[in-house]
Amino acid sequence: MTAIAELAMPISPGLIVILGGLLVPFLTAGIARVYVLLLSAATLVYVLGLPSGEHAAFTFMDLDLQLLRVDKLSTIFGTIFLIALFLGNLYAWHERDRMQRTAAQIYAGSAIAAAYVGDLVSLFVFWELTAIASVFLIWAAGTDRSFRAGMRYLIIQVGSGVILLAGVLFHVHETGSITFGHIGLGSIGGTLILLAFGIKCAFPLLHNWLQDSYPEATVTGTVILSAFTTKLAVYALARSYAGTEMLIWIGATMTAFPIFYAVIENDLRRVLAYSLNNQLGFMVVGVGIGTELALNGTAAHAFSHILYKALLFMSIGAVLFRTGTCKGSELGGLYKTMPWTTGFCIVGAASISAFPLFSGFISKSMILSAAGEEGHFITWAILLFASAGVFHHSGIKVPFFAFFAHDSGRRPKEAPWNMLLAMAVTAGLCIGIGIWPEPLYAMLPFPVDYVPYTAVHVITQLQLLLFAALAFTFLMRTGLYPPELRSTNLDIDWIYRRALPAIIRGLGSGIGVVWDSLIGGGRMLVSATIDGAARNFGPYGLIGRTVRVGNGVAWVATLLLVTLLIAYSAG
Amino acid sequence: MTGSALSGIMPHLPALQVVVPLLSAPICFLLRRGLVSWAFATVISWAAFATALLLLQAVLTDGTIRYEIGGWAAPWGIEYVIDATNAIVLVIVAGIGAVVMPYARRSVAAEVPANQHSLYYTAYLLCLAGLLGVSITGDAFNVFVFLEITSLSSYILISAGAGMDRRALTAAYNYLVLGTVGATFFVIGVGLLYMVTGTLNIIDLSARVPALQDNRTIHVAFAFIVVGMGLKLALFPLHTWLPNAYTYAPSTSTAFLAATATKVSVYVLMRFLFVVFAPTYGFMALTLNYVLLPLALIAMVAATIAAIYQYNLKRLLAFSSVAQLGYMVLGIAYGSVQGLTATLLHLFNHALMKGALFLAVGCIMLRVGDVTMLGVRGLGRQMPWTMAAFVVGGLSLIGVPLTVGFISKWYLVTAALSDGRWPIAAVILASSLLAVIYVWKVVEAAYFKEPPAGRVVREAPLSMLVPTWILVLANVGFGINAEFTVDVAQTAAMGLLGIVP
Repeated sequence: MTAIAELAMPISPGLIVILGGLLVPFLTAGIARVYVLLLSAATLVYVLGLPSGEHAAFTFMDLDLQLLRVDKLSTIFGTIFLIALFLGNLYAWHERDRMQRTAAQIYAGSAIAAAYVGDLVSLFVFWELTAIASVFLIWAAGTDRSFRAGMRYLIIQVGSGVILLAGVLFHVHETGSITFGHIGLGSIGGTLILLAFGIKCAFPLLHNWLQDSYPEATVTGTVILSAFTTKLAVYALARSYAGTEMLIWIGATMTAFPIFYAVIENDLRRVLAYSLNNQLGFMVVGVGIGTELALNGTAAHAFSHILYKALLFMSIGAVLFRTGTCKGSELGGLYKTMPWTTGFCIVGAASISAFPLFSGFISKSMILSAAGEEGHFITWAILLFASAGVFHHSGIKVPFFAFFAHDSGRRPKEAPWNMLLAMAVTAGLCIGIGIWPEPLYAMLPFPVDYVPYTAVHVITQLQLLLFAALAFTFLMRTGLYPPELRSTNLDIDWIYRRALPAIIRGLGSGIGVVWDSLIGGGRMLVSATIDGAARNFGPYGLIGRTVRVGNGVAWVATLLLVTLLIAYSAG
Repeated sequence: MTGSALSGIMPHLPALQVVVPLLSAPICFLLRRGLVSWAFATVISWAAFATALLLLQAVLTDGTIRYEIGGWAAPWGIEYVIDATNAIVLVIVAGIGAVVMPYARRSVAAEVPANQHSLYYTAYLLCLAGLLGVSITGDAFNVFVFLEITSLSSYILISAGAGMDRRALTAAYNYLVLGTVGATFFVIGVGLLYMVTGTLNIIDLSARVPALQDNRTIHVAFAFIVVGMGLKLALFPLHTWLPNAYTYAPSTSTAFLAATATKVSVYVLMRFLFVVFAPTYGFMALTLNYVLLPLALIAMVAATIAAIYQYNLKRLLAFSSVAQLGYMVLGIAYGSVQGLTATLLHLFNHALMKGALFLAVGCIMLRVGDVTMLGVRGLGRQMPWTMAAFVVGGLSLIGVPLTVGFISKWYLVTAALSDGRWPIAAVILASSLLAVIYVWKVVEAAYFKEPPAGRVVREAPLSMLVPTWILVLANVGFGINAEFTVDVAQTAAMGLLGIVP
């Protein structure tokens, strides 16, 4: 502590990780795996000892840049980012790919650095760096699909950065300040910056890159990816747009609509990507409400979310690693040979479903309470519905299809020890936070006088979970498995038996049709544009081909004529 | 002793800047032997660079230098005038020339027939002298003379690529026809100016033209000069000579010409537009807003898209140059101090980027002999230093922070926003985004594709890598610490617009 304080200019922990990560390509895999663990652990210790305040300020091109602003908000995000990086590195211990390991460090380092910067220009720099570094985790899968998905991801992410830069320029022009503080809507700059944040945060209709790309990354890559990009966006929103009412509605939509997709999706990593989207919605609502309790809830939820989402991706990743698939229809019965992975997956599922005594409960309930306190009852109801939905698809569907359901006949080995250890630590943290939330509460941006374990909270949540479980069981018994339908003895009216699944399916496919036609139309437009451009701009097109001398001279004559006419008209 | 000799030379630096390379050219020819010619040309080009740096320093400390050639006073004799604007252009031209020369030995040996080497270096020295002359002179007709020296020698520099690809001859011929048209237009414009003002001295012109701004002859002169210079600087759609010329010329020629020749033309255009004429004239304001501005915007987008679809790396970079020249013309079209600052900055910065990129491509040409997308496959591992240089150059072209490209873009966007022209700012950003695609295409081929089976390639020789990396590091160095270039560009822009700081 004092040693750090004595330093004239403490360095940003993000830069430590980035610069440290640049060494990875020069190390052998055996050394690199230990090195990155030590690097992330040491930086974590360093972060916890950083004195709060503003450091590392310097002037560049008349801009006052500031690389290290330590306050409670940046510290809690910096801390959880480093924990996630440490766990991700442990999970990827077996990995021999240097590029992935390097990219993971630089990506995480940029996200951490972005969480600590105090000005918008530096934010832009690290914002783009997270985009560029992270795409290598997607490409590392080496498939054609992953390459295309990575390309789309990169274009959108870099696009977000360009919009951010445009927004920052406007903002500077309007206010003359580049401080990364509260911005709010009401100006062009503020709107553009919110749009940039919104793309990275996967706002509805801007979200598609997430489900598109994360499931295509490598087993370890997805775990790393799930932690940083979107949470950095949540952090940025909390910093600059707290209390912006529009965000409440955006967030509420985010919590609700991915549920339909998650229910009909077969790829379990994609299901998790949808539920990631849904969980972000809770945080965005928290930012939108903007009270101290809500912002505390957002920070706490980001913290616990990173852990349990990583845990879920880790457990499904372990399944993918051992069986080569993560499709619900091809899995089942794995609990027999992967009991530990099953157990950890259930812990993750319980946490995301906000079971009492698990981490999701103590953070999500803060946001719900904040919504209730501020009188946002519609929002509160949507969030409640979304909580049930998330329990449905992430809490039950994912573990159920992967580890139970029909026995697929697969008998894979248990996950490697490093994956198990990483999952065990993460699961331990999930439970630990759930049982003993006080240390997390102490880290939150505002003082906390919130008690999660009141009878009302616990009972509401349990009721919700029970009914959701009931609904799932009911659907399982009636609709999702037709062969079982014939053997069922349930004497329930056929209307309920047929109608409910049909409505669910109809709703799902209806949204699907609209969505597909939107996307399909967009794709056709894009390919028509590209084809047209290729015709006109390609090596043999109008612009790209070799132009004959005569035509060149004709252009000269034309331009001379135009210029003469203009000069003549002015005179 | 040396000190007094130096101080004796100092007042004559402006003359030496041009005369030394000009008179060295015949000597270089007489030396006959390729290697000796090369060594001689290298020494001369470094001497020219040292001269340019001394001149820049002198200008920055003491202000504008006026030098009468042969002691003849201005209206009759030719005068050299050096202010911050052309001092920085001199540094660009001579600096690129000096960096390219050590590189040239291996590259030229591989791409140009051995019996033409001393001719090649002779043409190179002439071209250098011509470019320096255009930049330094204060006399409008003298600009034309040096422009012709530059053009004639650059036709030779381009057609020297015929040993590799016969298409170099048609490319050079095409450039010859169009280049001559451009130069003729320019000299017609200068002739018309002389007709009504009776002077060829640029400073005198700037004093006499304002009184004649409603004169039709002046308007015609203006149109001819703008179009003539527009052709020389490859303003879209007058760029048609450029892609092939850059593609089929030997790598050294391409790197040298791409980094310097069009820049000098941009400089001449600025000098005439803002010193001889002024943006306050009605016809000029209209031309800036309705001719140069739209063409610059179209160039930025259309040429960038064309670059995306190119298969040959040199052609790709050539189209990217057309787009980048669009950025420079855009700054001119603003007609404001911020706009001209951005143009001058980009003039300098683009020379660094394109120089580095074309030198890296030359390394690929030497080792692989194929600079198409097929040729660069898998080079990320086989020629790591060359490809790393290309990547950094490409990032700079896109405008990624910590490179000079970012500085250029920043000032261009700021200039657009300060006039409230935010749609233009959006076009600038969109075209930068498009640049990501063509740079990425190369990165993808080099780093993610397997090399063709059985191809064994070594890294380029140090004599070529070192010059390439000097420019690459300059890209980063001036990108991190832009204070110097920004200061000079601002001083120069205010000088052009006649604003006293």
